Amino acid sequence: MFVTAAYAQSTTTEGAETHDAVAGEVHTETGVAHEGGHGSGVFPPFDSSTFASQLLWLAITFGLFYLLMAKVIMPRIGGILENRHDKIAQDLDEASRSKAEADAAIASYEQELAAAKAKGNAIASSAREAAKTKAAAERAAIEASLNDKIFAAEVRIADIKTKALADVGSIAEETAGAVVEQLIGGKVSKAEIATAVKASSAK
Amino acid sequence: MAGDKVDPTHQFMINEIIPIHIGGVNFSFTNASLFMVATLVVAAGFLYFTTSTRSLVPGRMQSVSEISYEFIASMLREGAGSHGMKFFPMVFSLFMFILTANMLGMVPYFFTITSQIIVTFALALFVIGTVLVYGFYKHGLGFLNVFVPSGVPGILLPLVVSIEIISFLSRPISLSVRLFANMLAGHITLKVFAGFVASLGTLGALGIGGAVLPLIMTVALTGLEFLVAFLQAYVFAVLTCMYLNDAVHPGGH
Repeated sequence: MFVTAAYAQSTTTEGAETHDAVAGEVHTETGVAHEGGHGSGVFPPFDSSTFASQLLWLAITFGLFYLLMAKVIMPRIGGILENRHDKIAQDLDEASRSKAEADAAIASYEQELAAAKAKGNAIASSAREAAKTKAAAERAAIEASLNDKIFAAEVRIADIKTKALADVGSIAEETAGAVVEQLIGGKVSKAEIATAVKASSAK
Repeated sequence: MAGDKVDPTHQFMINEIIPIHIGGVNFSFTNASLFMVATLVVAAGFLYFTTSTRSLVPGRMQSVSEISYEFIASMLREGAGSHGMKFFPMVFSLFMFILTANMLGMVPYFFTITSQIIVTFALALFVIGTVLVYGFYKHGLGFLNVFVPSGVPGILLPLVVSIEIISFLSRPISLSVRLFANMLAGHITLKVFAGFVASLGTLGALGIGGAVLPLIMTVALTGLEFLVAFLQAYVFAVLTCMYLNDAVHPGGH
C-alpha cells in the first residue's frame, strides 16, 4: 500500500524531482538523498558504514532528550502532580477542620440548650416552690383568722350560754316561787327558793 | 535492489542528507538522524506544550503527559523499589523516546529509527552500562552477588553462577534485538502485504478481487503494529526497570 502510494506520488507530483522509480520510492523527506544509499548491497540495518553517524546522532538527540526530560519536563510534571496532591490534601484538611468546627458548634449549641433547659426547669421549680409557700402561708393566715373567728364565736357562745344558764336559774327561781305560791298559797322567800333550785339543779 | 519497486527492505535504507566526514569517519546527517531529531522534537514538544499551562485540573493532552509520567513512575517503583527512583528520568526518557520513535515509524514514508540494530543496541548498552557502573559504584564487588542467587545448594552453585553470567551478558543483546526485530519484522510484513496489493492490482479484475485479502491483512497488520509499537516501548522500559533493580538491590531477589 505504501509502495503504490509512493509510486503514485512520485509519478504524479514528484516526477520531475525524482531520478527514477527507486528514488521515487525513497521517503519524501529524503528525496534529495543519493539513490541506493551506500549501495553496499548489505541488508540496511546491518550496514556498518552507517553506524558511526547513527551513534553520533542518537547520542546527540537522546542526550538532549534526556536533559530536557530531567531538567525541564519531569520537574514540571512532578510539580503539577505535587501541587495537585497538596491542594487535595489541603482541601481535605480544610474540610475536616470545617467539620470539626461544625461539630464544636453543634456541641456548644447542645450544651447551651441543655443549660437553658436546666435554667428553665430551675425557674419553673423555684416559681412552683414560691407559689406553694405563698399558698401555704395564705392558707395558714386564713386558717389562723378562721380559728380566731371560731374562737371568738365560741367565746360568744360560751358567754351566751353562761348568760342563758344564769337566766335559767332566775327563771327557775321565779317559776318555782310561782309554782310554790300557787300550790301552797304562801309566800316563800327568794333565798329559800334559790337554795332549793340550786340543790335540785345540782342533782 | 535498485529497480525493484517492492523491495521491503528499502524503507530501512539510510540516506545522507548533509554529508559530514570527520577524520575519515562518516558522521553524515542522514534520514535516520532526521527522524531522531523529529522524535526528540515531537516527544519533548508534546510533553512541553501540553504541560505549559500547569492546570490544576488537567485537560486531555495534559492528562496524557501526566499519565505517561505516573505510568513510568509506578512501573519503576514496582520494578526497582523506591531506591530505583533516581533512574526515573532515564527510564522515562527511554520509554518516551522509543515510543515516539516507534509511533513516528508507523506514519507512511517515515523512517523507523528503532528498526536499526545499532540504535537499539546503543540504547540497550546505555541501560546495561548504567546498571554496571551504578552497581559497582554503589556496592563495589558486592554487586557480583547479582550472579549468586540466594538459597542455591553449593554443588549447583558453579552451574547457576555461569548461567546467571550468560543471562546477564545476553541482556543487552536480547533487549536490543527484541525491539529491533519487532519493528523490522513488522514493517517488512506490512510492506510485503502492501506489495501484494499493488502487484495483484495490476493483474486486471481478478487480481483486484484477489487484492482485497492482502489489503484487509494490511489494515489488520497496521493495527497490530501500533500495538507492537507501544508494547515494545513498554517492554523495553519494564526490562530496564528489572535490570536497574539488580543494580539497586544486587542479590536481593
